[in-house]
Amino acid sequence: MDYSELLAEAKDALFLNKMRTGLATLGIIIGISAVITLVSLGQSGQKSVETQIQSLGSNLLTVMPGAQSSGGIRGAGGAQTTSLTYEDAKALQVNSNIVGIKNVSPEIAQRSQLTAGGNNTNVQVQGVTNSYFPVHSLNIQTGNSITDQDVVAARKIAVLGPQVVTDLFGEGATPVGQTVRINKEAFTVVGITEEKGGSGFQNQDNMIFIPLTTAQKIVFGVDYISSIAIETTSKDNMTDVQNQVGYYLLSRHKLSDPTQADFSILSQQDIIGAATQVTGIFTTLLAGIAAISLLVGGIGIMNIMLVTVIERTREIGLRKALGAKKKTVIAQFLAEAIILTGVGGILGLMFGILLSFIITKLINLPFVISLYSIVLAFGVSAGIGVLFGWYPARQASNLSPIEALRYE
Amino acid sequence: MEEAEEDLICVPDSVSTLPMIQVTHLSKIYKNDSVETVAINDISFSIKKGEFVSIMGPSGSGKSTLMHILGGLDIPTKGKYTLDGQDVEKLTDDELAEIRNKKIGFVFQAFNLLPRTTAIKNVMLPMVYGGVPKEERFEKAKKFLEMVGLGDRLEHTSNQLSGGQMQRVAIARALVMDPAIILADEPTGNIASTQAAEIMAIFQNLHKKGHTIIMITHEHDIARHAKRIITMKDGRII
Repeated sequence: MDYSELLAEAKDALFLNKMRTGLATLGIIIGISAVITLVSLGQSGQKSVETQIQSLGSNLLTVMPGAQSSGGIRGAGGAQTTSLTYEDAKALQVNSNIVGIKNVSPEIAQRSQLTAGGNNTNVQVQGVTNSYFPVHSLNIQTGNSITDQDVVAARKIAVLGPQVVTDLFGEGATPVGQTVRINKEAFTVVGITEEKGGSGFQNQDNMIFIPLTTAQKIVFGVDYISSIAIETTSKDNMTDVQNQVGYYLLSRHKLSDPTQADFSILSQQDIIGAATQVTGIFTTLLAGIAAISLLVGGIGIMNIMLVTVIERTREIGLRKALGAKKKTVIAQFLAEAIILTGVGGILGLMFGILLSFIITKLINLPFVISLYSIVLAFGVSAGIGVLFGWYPARQASNLSPIEALRYE
Repeated sequence: MEEAEEDLICVPDSVSTLPMIQVTHLSKIYKNDSVETVAINDISFSIKKGEFVSIMGPSGSGKSTLMHILGGLDIPTKGKYTLDGQDVEKLTDDELAEIRNKKIGFVFQAFNLLPRTTAIKNVMLPMVYGGVPKEERFEKAKKFLEMVGLGDRLEHTSNQLSGGQMQRVAIARALVMDPAIILADEPTGNIASTQAAEIMAIFQNLHKKGHTIIMITHEHDIARHAKRIITMKDGRII
């Protein structure tokens, strides 16, 4: 009997009992697609968080006022949130002793009511300098950016995020030259930023950017800043720069002991690290669920294969009585198991990928499919299917034909 | 086709002197836990080529067990069985499978057709294992189904056939490899008496063509079709 005959015979046997074949295939499909979908969802969630953090800028250090027990410098409690100034930022920018700083962006942020014509919206008002845009990889789509002269002269001009434009002026409008009001103060729109498609925290699409000095003096009436974002020249020197900036600011604030620091420095890595820790737990949890579904799917496949083959012991006896050799019978059952797990496996794979795709699209997550989940799901269920298709067939074909024929 | 015609020309009752089957001091003992059941108790006999033999006896007399051993479906506990000059004991599992395929045609009491499979596919099955070229299988299977009068039932599955029809499919399947020996275990046991006569006519015809036929039955009417009757009781020939 050659391979094509074997396959034809196996195919006939599979088509003979469509119900049995269908159930076995369904078991395999569910096992495989469950694993692929669950692993995919876990990884999509993780990727989504990482991308969001990454989109805030790369090689980024953030200096925050007040003491926080995270980052390179630890400070005691009680420090004020007013401890950082524009002067600190300017000093960092011009200090040639600190190696590795590419750009410094002092920022002040506060939510405020924004009006234009009859419309109003509540957005985050960002007082920034020209450096903000390169540091946070935010591009101007229409009009101009905020210039150094705007900051020096504390001009009442504004750059809008695309979401703000839509909310105040309608979809697709270009309100350059028009006026928006923050707390009754009129600002002339000079530019619009590119859409970043961000969601969740720190959505740059829904912000208004004004010169830092204007924000301090006219809008908020304060002399401190909320944070300083520092872009380093490379990913590798971030820890080094973090330490240099820390010691420099300590001396500038006339503090000798790092434990008394009235600011803290977070690196992008720290934020990603914290977030990854959370999503890591999430992924482990999903992997656990996937492992259980793989186990349950595997046991299901094992059961149906065992039952199918044992049920056919009489058929094995008959085939042997008619002259089938032991190895021919085993080969046929093996071929059946391979076809079953192969077809079920491919269908399960397609179904799993499709399901992951639909779910990630529905809840707006990036679509991630990893090779290892496919290999794992396919390998385990195919292995179980073939093993439990082959083993009972081998046992049955070891019986004398008459024993097998008499099997009840 | 040519072979079949030659068979027809073959002189009826040409019983050769060569033994087709030779059994000496054969025993079959089943061991179940501590209980030993002697199914066949030290029997010896021989059957010549072309003979039509009927084995009779009450149920439990060991006739079915004997039939299974003769057909290579089961192995004896003791004794020697020579089939067409070959010592069956010395054959490997695969060689025995080959003999079952080419030399022996089995007709079971319970038909034992593949369920939900068409008559033609059932008859083609031994040819799949016997290495008959694919192109010849259908024509051959069709020829034998026509011979047993089922030429119009080729594509019927077993559940669409009557008992007599199923038994005739089984006979066609037993004949399709042109075996020297036909073993029939109560071939008329599960079918109506009118159909039993048709089945016996087929056996008579096969006997005339020179096949060695061994048939188990417990009905005297049926046994009378054979030229020789072996009667068994409690595992012995009487």
